[in-house]
Amino acid sequence: MYVAVKGGERAIENAHRLLAHKRRGDQNVAEISLDQISEQLGLAVDRVMSEGSLYDRELAALAIKQARGDLIEAIFLVRAFRATLPRFGASEPVDTGAMRVQRRVSATFKDIPGGQILGPTFDYTHRLLDPSLAEGFVPETPAAAEASTVPTPRVTDILGRDGLIESSPQAADGASVGDLTREPLNFPADRDLRLQNLARGDEGFLLAMGYSTQRGYGRNHPFVGEIRFGEVEVEFVAEDVGFAVPLGAIELTECQMVNQFKGSATEAPCFTRGYGLAFGQSERKTMSMALVDRALRARELGEEALAPAQDEEFVMSHSDNVQATGFVEHLKLPHYVDFQSELGLLRKLRQEFAEAFADANAPDAMKEAAE
Amino acid sequence: MNAPAYNFAYLDEQTKRMIRRAILKAIAIPGYQVPFASREMPMPYGWGTGGVQVTAAILGPQDVLKVIDQGSDDTTNAISIRKFFAKTAGVATTTATDEATVIQTRHRIPETALHASQVLVYQVPIPEPLRFLEPRETETRRMHALAEYGLMHVKLYEDIARFGHIATAYAYPVKVNARYVMDPSPTPKFDNPKMDNCPALQLFGAGREKRIYAIPPYTQVVSLDFEDHPFEPYRFNAPCALCGAENSYLDEIVTDDKGGRMFVCSDTDYCEGRQAAGHHGSLSAAPYKEKAHG
Amino acid sequence: MTTIAELPPGFADKVLSAQSTFRSVMDAMARPGLVQRIVPMAGAPGPMMRGTAAIALTLFDHDTPLWLDAQMAESSDVLKWLKFHTGAPVVQDSSIAAFALISDGGALPPLERFALGSSEYPDRSTTVIVQVDGLSSGRAFELRGPGIDGVATLQASIKPFDLFERLRMNEALFPRGIDVVLVADDAVVAIPRTTRVVSKGS
Repeated sequence: MYVAVKGGERAIENAHRLLAHKRRGDQNVAEISLDQISEQLGLAVDRVMSEGSLYDRELAALAIKQARGDLIEAIFLVRAFRATLPRFGASEPVDTGAMRVQRRVSATFKDIPGGQILGPTFDYTHRLLDPSLAEGFVPETPAAAEASTVPTPRVTDILGRDGLIESSPQAADGASVGDLTREPLNFPADRDLRLQNLARGDEGFLLAMGYSTQRGYGRNHPFVGEIRFGEVEVEFVAEDVGFAVPLGAIELTECQMVNQFKGSATEAPCFTRGYGLAFGQSERKTMSMALVDRALRARELGEEALAPAQDEEFVMSHSDNVQATGFVEHLKLPHYVDFQSELGLLRKLRQEFAEAFADANAPDAMKEAAE
Repeated sequence: MNAPAYNFAYLDEQTKRMIRRAILKAIAIPGYQVPFASREMPMPYGWGTGGVQVTAAILGPQDVLKVIDQGSDDTTNAISIRKFFAKTAGVATTTATDEATVIQTRHRIPETALHASQVLVYQVPIPEPLRFLEPRETETRRMHALAEYGLMHVKLYEDIARFGHIATAYAYPVKVNARYVMDPSPTPKFDNPKMDNCPALQLFGAGREKRIYAIPPYTQVVSLDFEDHPFEPYRFNAPCALCGAENSYLDEIVTDDKGGRMFVCSDTDYCEGRQAAGHHGSLSAAPYKEKAHG
Repeated sequence: MTTIAELPPGFADKVLSAQSTFRSVMDAMARPGLVQRIVPMAGAPGPMMRGTAAIALTLFDHDTPLWLDAQMAESSDVLKWLKFHTGAPVVQDSSIAAFALISDGGALPPLERFALGSSEYPDRSTTVIVQVDGLSSGRAFELRGPGIDGVATLQASIKPFDLFERLRMNEALFPRGIDVVLVADDAVVAIPRTTRVVSKGS
């Protein structure tokens, strides 16, 4: 006798218990702490904060630990928590020109005011696995110098002074900033919403999209005007206080691409901009973002938009890894009811096919065909 | 650390107001997809976040909630969502269709006829019935605005030319109140007739795609078809092996690796109710291959 | 002058009262012509009825531009109460209002002046909340449309007297249109844009 499957509730509880056990791994191995994750896997924390849209190293580290190192799962945990937080308003725009830079490079000029600063980078490391890191590695004390008081103006500002690059659009006073986590997205979308979407977007997706523009799918001739990484102050104007109150400092990476020019009969030609910004240190993300931002400006700059990276509906609808992973992975949920409906239809079609085939090959039909 | 504290039914009040306003417009414009600012929920997109947000916005302490997936109350995702609301809203839950005031469903409409004091909430993956014909939102929105549905008829007719039938077996498109073509969610087309002139309010939530739509009670819902190829609901050529029901939607159970099959009701509450009322099936009906069960 | 402390109170239980009020309004919208009751009570300022106040607390916020008719707008208590409890911005341009509050139905402006939505986004339309004298007696209206099992009969004494004639424009405009919520004290009836009046008695 057949008994319908029951006990799903027990199965779920048991699965979660097993997951917790697996997450801890061999209990003879020391448990990893949030500080260890934050300090030693710092770039993973940066990525989770960026794509999770929440600047909180401790919560991001917790999410990484809870997700067993699966960064998309960790981003999802942070996003779901963020969605429950009350929203007080938007901060004042941060001034990246006043950033306390730890790293700053420009590909467009040999030297720039404030200098090129390599800072902590994988660039020029030879990618040879280093056995000394396996255990007990104590790094040398880094070279240090007096903190420089020389200002580090943005390369795009230097170009802008001569009118060589389009001016950065200034927000109208009191204009509200769009927020696609609070309002439904409609197309065409303005650049504030596009940039928000890209800032939350999956690093791998943006990397592939940005790469595709370099290979000719929406080429926009980019130069790295500047990449800078360091600390900026965040300020907030509270309505009842009436002036900007500092909230603290955050680490940001900013990439400004300088792209091929535009111009018209009434406007002198000038370079155009692509912009990327992310929490923490994330050059791959911000460079990709800047390439895609520039590609998505095709319509506004009067260019033909034929490539995937120039198609805002395509890019914005598929950049979010929390959405994408949910929908791809939902295919593992039971679908046997709709499958049964397909199965029934397929059997019917096959049966009709077999009957038609049999009729066509019946002796009478063969004979007629032969005549 | 910021220890989280959650509101009744999880969503904050501002979010509920936004969803509630969208629901009212959805009811006022039957079959039209209202955009809403879907929130990130603590469960994955594609796993019922739209349905969960709609349910969370309407649910109150007086409600009795039923959650089904594939017609069953005991599938893992149904259990997970039911537990979510039992925990965050403290509502009573049930598996009995006629006791429920709110029923959240994925892929089925219960066999037991719904009544006027019930709300059926569907989880919807892709709310746009034209999406498979035209991927661009800007285009499909224009087509709905002009009620320009020729493309859909062309697609259905191409099926007929190729297969002799409309080859859509689930998520079969319907026209609501003689205006909007609507996706009924991936329910089997067997369930389509239940949507027509239904006494219960039907609400549809698509979280990832950020759309809410509705069919008010007693509203005309017509499955798209052609005069020479009328809509035919899917029929099984065997009764349920457990309760003997002849007009319910059946799951095919593979009983061995030698072609053995049996067919039982997908709606487990309906099936159990019939068995409790003394109805019995063959327990071993296998229309494709006879097999004795030990 | 009324201070904030003297304003009529909002809901005693914000969460559950809003839920209960919403269900009454949702049922009203889903079943046009059928009278629903709003149970949880909040205080109501000036000319605002208790039912209207409960709906305001349930559906209005910073994101819903609000248009008030002269009688509502002239009451500083109404303005202060709405600002304090809902934060909804009051606008002069009725064509961008998400909701309109009508206390004096006799002075209802032409419905075309409200937001009717667009063909692409018919949901971007004004929901007009009209306070009326009664929803249990008066002229009988026979209604048909989605949400109604055959015919629904509504007995109501409403102003303007020709409200249903004016709502005929919904037929030609659909899917654009105006949705109306009638309130009489704690009773609510909705007339969404799909509802048609088939006949009316006296």
